[in-house]
Order: sequence, then C-alpha cells, then structure tokens
Amino acid sequence: MSDRRFFDEMTGADGADAEAYAEAPVRDAYAAVRHWLDAMSQRQIAAKRREAETLFRRMGITFLVYGTGESTERLIPFDIIPRVITADEWALIERGCLQRVRAINAFLADIYHDQEIIAAGRIPGPSVFANQRYRPEMIGVDIPGDTYVHITGIDLVRTGEREFYVLEDNLRNPSGVSYMLENREVMMRLFPSLFADNRIAPVIDYPSNLLRNLQAVAPAGVSRPTVALLTPGIYNSAYFEHVFLADEMGIELVEGQDLFVRDDQVFMRTTHGPVRVDVIYRRIDDDFVDPLAFNADSLLGVPGLLSAYRAGGVTLANAIGTGVADDKAMYIHVPEMIRFYLGEEPILANVPTYDLRKDDDRAYVLDHLDELVVKEVGGAGGYGMLVGPAASADEIEAYRARVLADPANFIAQPTLALSTCPTFADAGIAPRHVDLRPFVLSGTAQTVVPGGLTRVALREGSLVVNSSQGGGTKDTWVLRDGGAAP
Amino acid sequence: MTLVLSRSADHLYWMARQVERAENTARILDVSERLALIPLEQGKAGGKGGEWDAVLQITGGAEEFHQRFGDPSAEAVISYLTLDPENPSSIYSTIRAARENARAERVALTTEMWEALNSTWLEISTLTPARLASRGHRNFFDWIKERSHLFRGVAVSTMLRDERYHFLRLGTFIERADNTARILDVKYHILLPHGVEVGSAVDYMQWGALLRSVSAYRTYHHAYKETIAPAHVAELLIFDISFPRSLHACVNEVLELLNAIGGPRGNEAQRLAGELHARLHYGKIESVFAQGLHEFITDFIARNNALSNEIQAAYLIAE
Repeated sequence: MSDRRFFDEMTGADGADAEAYAEAPVRDAYAAVRHWLDAMSQRQIAAKRREAETLFRRMGITFLVYGTGESTERLIPFDIIPRVITADEWALIERGCLQRVRAINAFLADIYHDQEIIAAGRIPGPSVFANQRYRPEMIGVDIPGDTYVHITGIDLVRTGEREFYVLEDNLRNPSGVSYMLENREVMMRLFPSLFADNRIAPVIDYPSNLLRNLQAVAPAGVSRPTVALLTPGIYNSAYFEHVFLADEMGIELVEGQDLFVRDDQVFMRTTHGPVRVDVIYRRIDDDFVDPLAFNADSLLGVPGLLSAYRAGGVTLANAIGTGVADDKAMYIHVPEMIRFYLGEEPILANVPTYDLRKDDDRAYVLDHLDELVVKEVGGAGGYGMLVGPAASADEIEAYRARVLADPANFIAQPTLALSTCPTFADAGIAPRHVDLRPFVLSGTAQTVVPGGLTRVALREGSLVVNSSQGGGTKDTWVLRDGGAAP
Repeated sequence: MTLVLSRSADHLYWMARQVERAENTARILDVSERLALIPLEQGKAGGKGGEWDAVLQITGGAEEFHQRFGDPSAEAVISYLTLDPENPSSIYSTIRAARENARAERVALTTEMWEALNSTWLEISTLTPARLASRGHRNFFDWIKERSHLFRGVAVSTMLRDERYHFLRLGTFIERADNTARILDVKYHILLPHGVEVGSAVDYMQWGALLRSVSAYRTYHHAYKETIAPAHVAELLIFDISFPRSLHACVNEVLELLNAIGGPRGNEAQRLAGELHARLHYGKIESVFAQGLHEFITDFIARNNALSNEIQAAYLIAE
C-alpha cells in the first residue's frame, strides 16, 4: 500500500513513510508531548511503561477474549503516549456526534410509532421491518423522555487534518468508557507534570453525568429512583467495565438471578427481602433480557422484564430495539435520517458503503475483495471481518464463499487510510494506526465526554484496532482553548 | 439501612471464609511440620495412619488423596494442600476462589482490599512446587498468614461498617471457629495411632507445637504461667474469650454480627448461635474432658456447620 498516504497526527506527514516521518516538524498540538518524550531517557520510559502495566494489573483491569482456550483473562496493552485533539478539532467531532445521536433517536421513536420516514419514502420499509433487530414488541410503546439511546459510542476514524468518518454507531451496549477513565487515571498518576503543562479537558465526571441521565428517565411518579446495572456476569468480556461503572456511580450491580418481576414491577433480592428497581442500565443484549419474550434458553435475563418495561414499571437503558439502527446495513441511511428529522446536512461523513443486496454493489465488491474491508452486518469486535489488502489469496477466496452464501449479511467499505499516532513499538517510537470512540450521553441534556477511547493497532501497518485482535489503547486528550500552555 | 443483594452477601461471606481457610490450612500444615520434627518412639512418619495422613483427615480430602497419590508422604501432602489446583481445598484453590468472589464483588470492596487479595493471587498463581520448596515451607506458611492478616486488616480499616462488612466478618469467624476446632483435633488424630504417653516429653512438645500454630504459645504462658498441660491448652483454645482464635471468642463475634444484621429472617440463626454461645460461655473444661475432647470437637464442628447453613438459608440464598 505504498501508494497510500496516512495522516500522522503528530507530524502531519505520511505515517507510512519512515523518512518523511522522521524529518517532519511537529504539529502545535503535539509540541508539549514531543518535548516531554525528548526529555525522557530510554530507561525512564521503560520504567514508566512497566509501572503503567503494574497499575493496570493491580486494578484488575482485564478483559476476556473469546475462543483462546484456558487463560482468557487479559490486559489490554496501554500505550503511554497520549493522543492529542485540539479544541477546534473537538468542536467538529462533538457537533457531529450530537447531531447523529439526535437523528438516530428521532428515527427510533419514529419507526416504533408513526413511521413517517418510511411513509415519506426516505428509507425503504423492508430494510427496517425485516431487520432481525427490529422489535415489533416496541411498536406504540412510550418511553420516558422519548430517549432510546441513553449511551452511544460512535466509532470515528481520521484521514486528514479535518477529515473524520463515522465507522459505526454503537447503540446497544457500547463498551470501553472504563478504559477511557482508567487510562486518564493512570496517566495522571505517572506523569502529573504533563497535566500541569497542558490544558486538558477532564473526563472524570462521566459516571456522575451518566447517573444523572439514568435517574432522569425513571418511570413517572418515582421521586428517588433506584438505578441498577444489569450485567451478564463475571464471564462477560466487559465485566470489569460493569463493575467499574456500578462502583463509580454507587449503584447496585445485578445479574438476572438477582431480579424478579411482580405485577409489572422489578425487584432485587436482598438480604432483607425484595427492593424495587426503577431504572436498569442493562449491559445485556435484547435477545437475552427476558427469556419469556426473546431467547427462551437464556439464563442471563429476567422473566417478565419486557412486560414490565412495556407497562412503564421500569425503564431500560438503552431501550429495547435500538439495535435496528446500529446495524451496518442501516448505517447507510443515517445521513438521510439527519436530513429528514433535523433538516441539516451531516457534519461527520459516512464511509462509502456497498450494500451487497444490490446487484451492482455486489458485483463490484466481489471483483475488488483485495481492496475492500468486508464486514458482517451484525458483527462486532473485529470478529469475522475481511481486511482485503492484508488478507492472503486463500483467505479472500474463503471469504468470497461466505459472502456468496448469504450476501445480505455483509457490507463492504473501501480500506480507509486511518491516521497514525506516535506509539511505543519494539524498535522505539513509531506511527501506528488509531481510531476514536467518543461517548454520547442522552437523557436530561445531551453531552459528549471530551475525549473518548483511542484504540491503536500495535502491529506495524495493521488497520485493525480491536482489543480482541491485539489492539491497545491510549489516553485521549482534548486540549482546551489555547491548547498547550506556553 | 444499606441494601445488600443476597448474592453479594454470599460472595463476601465466602470470600472471607476462603481467605481464613487458606490461612488455617497454612497453620495446620505448619503444626504438622513442627510435629513431624518431634521424634516418636514407635511412630512412623509417613504412610497411612501416619501424621501426614492425620493432616488429610483434619482438612478433609483424605479419600481423594489416596486415590490420586496412594500413601501420603510429607512432600505429597504439602504439595496437595498448598499448590494443587485440582484440590478444591488447597491454599492455591481457596485463594483463587476468594479472588473470584472478590472479582464478582468489586463494587463492595475497597480498592485496598481488592489489591491485597488480587496481588496474593497473582503471586501464588505463578508459584511452582519447586520454587515453594526453595523458598522454604515455613516461609510460605508465614507469607500466607501475612497475606491473610493484611486482607483482614485492610478490610477492618477501610471498609464501610455496613451490612456487607457484617457478612464478611461472619465468614471470618464461622471459618475460624471451624479451624481452631480442627487444629485442636490434630492432637487427637496424631495421639491416637501412636499412643504417646500423656505427660511425656513428646506429649509436651506436641502441645507446644499446637499452641505455636495458633499463635498462642506466649499467650499460654502469660495466661497460665506454668508448664504446658493439655487441659489448659484445650481450655485456652475453647473457652478463653480473650484469646481471639478461641471457639468462645469466635462464636461471640458471630452472635454479635447476627444481632447487628437482624431482621425477622435471622431468628433461627440467632437462636442457633445463642445456643452455641451459651455452651461456650457457661461450659467448663472438666466436662469437655469427661465427654471426651474429640467428641466435643466433633459436636462443635457439626453445630457450627448447622449455623452456617442457617445463615445461608436466611440471608444468602436468593428465593
């Protein structure tokens, strides 16, 4: 891929061109970081990196990797070089994310009520109603504040100075916010002077903002709502995050077995008997929340929960049925949602996406598998995707067979030139590809926490940043106006 | 009133029991190793019926051990009870189980508690029998005791005094009562097959080793100011409320904790604890010896176990 150019966020040079990279001047945003790196000896750096790892391990920040056999508890690698975003760049990202979430929320309220966007012919009905994540059970159900997506994680990639693309909207159970918070915590502990020398927007109020939003959507008439976080349990890959958030918010962390439904109200089992729960921040997919309504084999959920929810006895965050809008095939329509509901043009661009249900698109994709990224419509975590330029001929042929067997289950996108950030590699500091997941909260007011989770592909040249595929994370700084202090 | 999930209380209760059990397994192995150094005239150290077999009788798991390894040797028993991941009662397994319970309850634990337990687990999980041997068994037992002390100390000094704390402490004292009783029974199991003469030098050294294993050697001398006598040792470990590992002291704590937790669900547990407490509060050593020390201990362990079952049924098992 020598013909492609990757925007390096520290230098503005091509992150794939070692020579240009080494000689390029440093962008203003990174001046303080560069200075800090230059001032540290190799030994200091190595010691700090070890210290960071010890801190993460002692805090028990691990995640589970599926399908790796015995020892599945792992530490996500943390890179101590922060990623820096200027106030100006952030303003663009923030406006773009808020706009997107407003439109998606309006879309969800619409398709479960009047379905105007379909009546107007702006989105084809079948792509909504035939979607397996569309929940007819939610038609006509009114939920507090008409808020469907209380928490959204929007995956962005950067390709230039002011060029950002939305890769996907995570509207069901976006995870990663705990890494954002802990990365900041560890950085502040390791390098306090960096934070004195730079004006960095704090992220620490995320949990209290989240709690306020959750309390705000309690069923009508509840004055002091009890909020609980429903986790699938200790073996879930994001279990650490569930514990962390419940802890930070001071709410109960419950499993399905801790809850039961009586007269369309939800109760938890406590040492002194049942206690009512008003709002459930559930980190369990729709399919598993209620064995009576959805997957009957699931032991994770609570029998009768859907019925209580529909009757207004409890609020679920995110709402049931939001998955229809974060489907990779529905993603194509988000710009249209923005135009239809808000009367605005999208601030953040979508990645051009080929819809394999269309004959032309499918023919093109099958001819260009070696150039494209192909994903399953409902996939997540980097599992089951094809990165054409990095795949062998055999892998491409195997994938072709899968696509042909069920084309509607796939979408394809051009391989984006993901920006790079300076990262510690075996041979020293080198550019590595990154993405960004900002988190949007909705409820009382809509907010985007300044920063988000930066994921970095640690392998040279790799464009896959998922932690399950060997990616790491970085602390993400949003500089306040004025940027780095003099 | 704080609100505590039944499942959460269950995790805390068992986490405390498992940490305490790891410590007590270390104590039992410690006393056994001390006893093994004492020459027995007609005794045999290894094999079935030897003192290492006695250790297995006391900690449970003798049958499984015999199936897997045959006759017990010092090395095999120590390895089985320290680092064997397949033995659910090994120190390794109990620390792992405690850490799993802690992981499920991180919301309820202070950071310091989690770190104390997690770093114990991280260290023991990389330990091999060879490294343990080169480090010295005694050092390992001391280390486990230290880690258990640290965990408990951190809990006492950092944890909010709410109901979660009460369930955690309940686990500690139910387990400790069980273990002090079992340690006291060591003498019975070792004495019996070898028929050591009461009052002999060997007898004296054995009781001394037992006292050391519960950190009571000095306490004993302060309390009795005379040479070691079985009745006094038993009295100290059973009835002396000022000795924090005695059955009386443990049951006294359990009763107070159950009163603090309270609620109509706990009536039967309170009654059982009160009954057990009365036996220790008003009992005397002469009647214990008249009944037979081993019989008394066996009865105590059964009652303590029934109390634990009742605590679980009332508060910990979700209904």
